[in-house]
Amino acid sequence: MKKALVIPAALLGAAALTMSGCSTPPSATTAETTAAPKIDYIACMVSDSGGFDDKSFNQTSHDGLIKARDELGVQTKEVESTNTKDFENNINSMVQAGCKTIVTVGYLLSDATVKAATANPDINFAIVDDNPTAAKDLKNLKPLVFNTAQSSFMAGYLAASLSTSGKVGTFGGMKIPTVTIFMDGFAQGVTYYNEKKGKDVATLGWDSAKQDGQFVGGFEDVAAGKQTAKALTSQGADILFPVAGPAGQGALQEALDSSGKVSAIWVDTDGCVSAANFCSILASSVYKGMDVAVFDAIKDGVDGTFSNTAFVGTLDNGGTGLSPFHEFDSKVSADTKSELDQIKKDIISGTITIESAAQPS
Amino acid sequence: MSATSVEGGPASATPPGPSFGQRLLGVFRGGGLWREAATTAAAILLALLVGAILMIVSDPDVAGQWAYLFTAPHLPLAASWGKVWGAYSALFVGALGSPTAIAETTARSAPLIAAGLGVGLGFRAGLFNIGAQGQAIWGAVLAAYVGFAWQLPLGLHLLVAILGGLLGGAVWGGIVGVLKAKAGAHEVIVTIMMNYIAMYLLAWLLTTSAFQRPGRTDPISPELPASATMPSFGLTRFHLGFILAVVAAVAVWWLLERSVLGMQIRAVGANPHAARTAGMSEARTTIITMALAGGLAGLAGLMSTLAPAPSGVPTPLSDGVVGSVGFDAITVALLGRSHPIGIVFAGLLFGAMNAGGLAMQSMAQTPNTLVYVLQALIVLFVAAPKLVSTLLPFLKGRLRKASATGGEA
Repeated sequence: MKKALVIPAALLGAAALTMSGCSTPPSATTAETTAAPKIDYIACMVSDSGGFDDKSFNQTSHDGLIKARDELGVQTKEVESTNTKDFENNINSMVQAGCKTIVTVGYLLSDATVKAATANPDINFAIVDDNPTAAKDLKNLKPLVFNTAQSSFMAGYLAASLSTSGKVGTFGGMKIPTVTIFMDGFAQGVTYYNEKKGKDVATLGWDSAKQDGQFVGGFEDVAAGKQTAKALTSQGADILFPVAGPAGQGALQEALDSSGKVSAIWVDTDGCVSAANFCSILASSVYKGMDVAVFDAIKDGVDGTFSNTAFVGTLDNGGTGLSPFHEFDSKVSADTKSELDQIKKDIISGTITIESAAQPS
Repeated sequence: MSATSVEGGPASATPPGPSFGQRLLGVFRGGGLWREAATTAAAILLALLVGAILMIVSDPDVAGQWAYLFTAPHLPLAASWGKVWGAYSALFVGALGSPTAIAETTARSAPLIAAGLGVGLGFRAGLFNIGAQGQAIWGAVLAAYVGFAWQLPLGLHLLVAILGGLLGGAVWGGIVGVLKAKAGAHEVIVTIMMNYIAMYLLAWLLTTSAFQRPGRTDPISPELPASATMPSFGLTRFHLGFILAVVAAVAVWWLLERSVLGMQIRAVGANPHAARTAGMSEARTTIITMALAGGLAGLAGLMSTLAPAPSGVPTPLSDGVVGSVGFDAITVALLGRSHPIGIVFAGLLFGAMNAGGLAMQSMAQTPNTLVYVLQALIVLFVAAPKLVSTLLPFLKGRLRKASATGGEA
């Protein structure tokens, strides 16, 4: 019996030793950092099925929550959803945890958020990426939406200017307005380039007029994203614009595997920062300032100035735009750079109009 | 206790005669009751211990404290204890801490029990039914369709929706049975492929005008009316689905232990050649078993579209509406040793862990994925009884004694 007892004891001992050392604990007075003083306010967040580590949409929103913790001193709680059935339960669990502001990330949480906001009029809710018609009557639900068609239009123009094969490709995670808005803008940006330059660059994966194209069927499956990307590159696309959250990383892998033939434009956040290992194949990113919008919504709640007025991120207010070119800075011609600046001005002034049913008003 | 005495232990319960598949099925079918209960309890305990270590290692704030083990031992111990206690007490409170929590546990257990019964029934007939996912999807699809597309009187509407869901699962499972019995296709490959077909058919259906909610471009169905929603008893989440799952467990027990068909299922599972010699039709038994297994998985699926969500309205049909119930069912059946009573307990355990996992995340800020790790560890330890007896030496003597007297049931 004694010998047998040695094995588990040894395992535990080894585990403890690998983690331990002989350091002396710091004294209590130096332990406090320079973070803002803690206040009695709980801000919470519920992700959609992509999870907070998606290097994209959920992660950027989550950055806003972390910023609120660090700069406002609020306490934070968060729940990750794994499937659509979880949404109601997850939001309810945040209500029970005593949250004062609950941010739900994503259009797919719309129904569940409206229900929770109706049932809990004393709690502030903010939903990223949706402006539900029911929200107009709800004093405690603030929509945070982004006109990413504007920035994607610039991305489409950039992609068309960089393509050597004359074909660029895009695909989405699911056919929902917050995804197709990127694809609409992108496709029309390519068309605009063709009109200006008399070229004939084709957009694969999305037909803006028919509102139909390539979709992975979800946001989680990176392998499926890579399959979809392969389908586009095998048709000749050499610039990819994946709008599929984590599944879009499949397109970046496909680009990396192509050893320089294919490059990509990332979405939601600057890919060179969130997914730095792919920076060498990223021409740019269409960023969506969800971190700023989330932070502001929480700050409004803390300050007592929360309102149900929708925040609409545009090129004009910096809520969305093109990220720096990073390693592609030398590959983008000076002409293209100045043309992009002009396009940005024209979109803001209304000279260029983008047609997308998904655009927030 | 020397190493040689271990060789005479549970390991010798599987002589070299049967094939790998039969030996594996032997694990599913189980042995002596006391031995199984002790192994399972020990597996849960070990899983919780490993989970605790993972929590400590993965939290930088807590793991960092271990640097002071020899200078200030109270720091790492208190931090680790606080972390582990906080997480596990949240797990418990979320699963059983209040009437609402218990209702949530029943709601999450019900589909696991139903689909687990389907998988377990297949195991008893010697069939590896990996297709509960696809069968559950068809259960969800047909039940939801009857729910939102048909107008029927109160009472009848729900009944027809439930029957539709059962039929959907039974047909999807029955196809596999026919392919196996008549064409010799291996059920593992066929069921896995049928899962993909069901998954992508659902994705396609949700783009058609018959299924897609008017005014939406994303794949989501209309909401179901109250007449097609399962009734609740007292608490919203304590609904008809759990009752149906328990009734199904009793029915499967009766089928296996008291009916002629059940005897044939077990005979074909134990030894198809002997069963054939005794005049039983292997083909007929295979088809019926797969159809029944499919119906049970369909019951799990229809719960996800007919049972009320916390707001009282069922979740509309969408791509991920059944979650991963068909795959979780395999672990539930394994943990329950393919016995109906065992599956009910295994389903309740996993349902409780899923319900508690959310509280662990919202109250203790411990990632939900830890729950899946715990579930996987429990099954891993159950499947490796020798590992359990090595890690928990005091069980060894008793396990050996029990296996000598108990043997295969």
